[in-house]
Amino acid sequence: MTYKIVASQCTSCSACEAECPNVAISEKNGTFVINPKKCTECIGYFDIPQCVAVCPVDDTCVIDNSLPRYQPSA
Amino acid sequence: MQKMAEHKGCGTSGGSGKASCGTGAGENDMPTEIWEKVKNHPCYSEEAHHHYARMHVAVAPACNIQCNYCNRKYDCANESRPGVVSEKLSPEQAAKKVLAVASAIPQMTVLGIAGPGDPLANPGKTFKTFELISEAAPDIKLCLSTNGLSLPDHVETIKKFNVDHVTITINMTDPDIGAEIYPWVFWKHKRVTGKEAAKILTDRQLQGLEMLTANGILCKVNSVMIPGINDDHLVTVNREVKSRGAFLHNIMPLISSPEHGTVFGLNGQRGPSAQELKALQDSCEGEMNMMRHCRQCRADAVGLLGEDRSAEFTTDKIMEMEVNYDLSSRQAYQEKVEEERQAKVAARNAELETLAGENADLKILVAVATKGSGRINEHFGHADEFQIYELSSNGAKFVGHRRVDLYCQGGYGEEEALETVIRAINDCTAVFVAKIGHCPKEDLAKAGIEAVDQYAYEFIEQSAISYFKDYLAKIRSGEITHVTRGDATIRQGAFVSVDA
Ligand code: SF4
Ligand code: SF4
Ligand code: SF4
Repeated sequence: MTYKIVASQCTSCSACEAECPNVAISEKNGTFVINPKKCTECIGYFDIPQCVAVCPVDDTCVIDNSLPRYQPSA
Repeated sequence: MQKMAEHKGCGTSGGSGKASCGTGAGENDMPTEIWEKVKNHPCYSEEAHHHYARMHVAVAPACNIQCNYCNRKYDCANESRPGVVSEKLSPEQAAKKVLAVASAIPQMTVLGIAGPGDPLANPGKTFKTFELISEAAPDIKLCLSTNGLSLPDHVETIKKFNVDHVTITINMTDPDIGAEIYPWVFWKHKRVTGKEAAKILTDRQLQGLEMLTANGILCKVNSVMIPGINDDHLVTVNREVKSRGAFLHNIMPLISSPEHGTVFGLNGQRGPSAQELKALQDSCEGEMNMMRHCRQCRADAVGLLGEDRSAEFTTDKIMEMEVNYDLSSRQAYQEKVEEERQAKVAARNAELETLAGENADLKILVAVATKGSGRINEHFGHADEFQIYELSSNGAKFVGHRRVDLYCQGGYGEEEALETVIRAINDCTAVFVAKIGHCPKEDLAKAGIEAVDQYAYEFIEQSAISYFKDYLAKIRSGEITHVTRGDATIRQGAFVSVDA
């Protein structure tokens, strides 16, 4: 139900933090993390996940396959 | 810049360093109100950069575009915010750092925010930092560098915080060329690519530039020269930005080594040679002032240009420092600097007069080892850069600088290090130093470069003019024959001083 950040790739540039419409992204010990409880995959806000679109390192903000996809509650 | 600060006949007089251009208002002359703003700004006045220092604080890591010469994984690798930033600061930490540095380095007059990302993609942090500093140290000038994408949205705030200088990096005005430089921009919540991205970027940059100059805020334009991509086009860029009121254009060489991991670096895109860079700068010079003393500094650089004292001011050290910001002792120090500066200009002008009547067509380049104050005061083996002057019957004109690996440093054998120095100043007839050993002197002579130590600790321009007179006299008497020199290499990598 969520995106995650591949910590080893993250440059800690903080670009994603400001763009997330759900304030799901924050800094923890020098790297950025997504709070899965808050991430909606940007569904309901934008066509594309903002963290993916703004991140300068490709394949750093990725779908977390260990969790189910986000379902907007009807 | 050269023309503004150094052109013939324009001296500075009076305790304030005010320009007194007696040559009439040609296009070479900078309007007085602009000169007043830039005269103590090391980045904007070539002459001032010998005397005044600047610092950058790295509070702005996020960026809203991607450039092919930048690899964000290792921080931004180019333009005025390149290289590695060791520490990113909060606005509060940055303000404390500025006070600590301003107290330790009284000739520090300018605080810039130049990344490592785009300061205007981080408006909260950038403007909070400006706010804190303008309260605590009102005498320090504020400036910022931006890629321009969100510039039009922030012009009002820039005005409000009294930012008097803005640098915009503009590498193209033609979207076809832009598409080769920028893989994407983040715009209205989307990632836009290709020509469309470049079109948005150039429109926003030019709009931002127009808005700033309309509001009386000084604008410098930085361009990265990428051979085969935008080198010819930069002449057009120069015209476009000039017509929109930019007062200074800084064309910098592309930095692209494969090890930086940038798209250009990995593609084998080369940077320009020293001669190519100079030729382009010269061809734009009729259009407007050109900046030639840019060091492509780190986003956390501290000190005189060409000097990096950032290691003295790490966050740990600053937080422990007892800061005693004393405006009056800073002013007293700066007055001394002004006196030295007047003396230098007077000496240069006096020497220049003795050149009157010489009208040889000859032009030669010389390299100078200096650590500031406009004097030849660095040992050859300790120089991590050389300043390059073009000498002619018009006098001594600063045309650039060349970074080199330290001759006395480990990592290279001495022989190899000397070779890299020779490659970097291979277009020069002589190198002026405070001191030089016997062996390097001989090796330089073999390469056709004369090592000159007879002007040790003297003013650069005065000495250079005097050298040039002797050189002409020796040619005339048949003692030497003038030989045309070759091209030189620009060293790759951001400026990082190793002995800091
Ligand atoms: S996908 Fe959207 S909601 Fe989820 S973390 Fe990224 S920006 Fe935030
Ligand atoms: S945008 Fe990418 S690199 Fe920057 S902090 Fe977010 S995840 Fe890390
Ligand atoms: S603007 Fe600077 S920091 Fe941003 S991607 Fe370009 S070169 Fe890197």
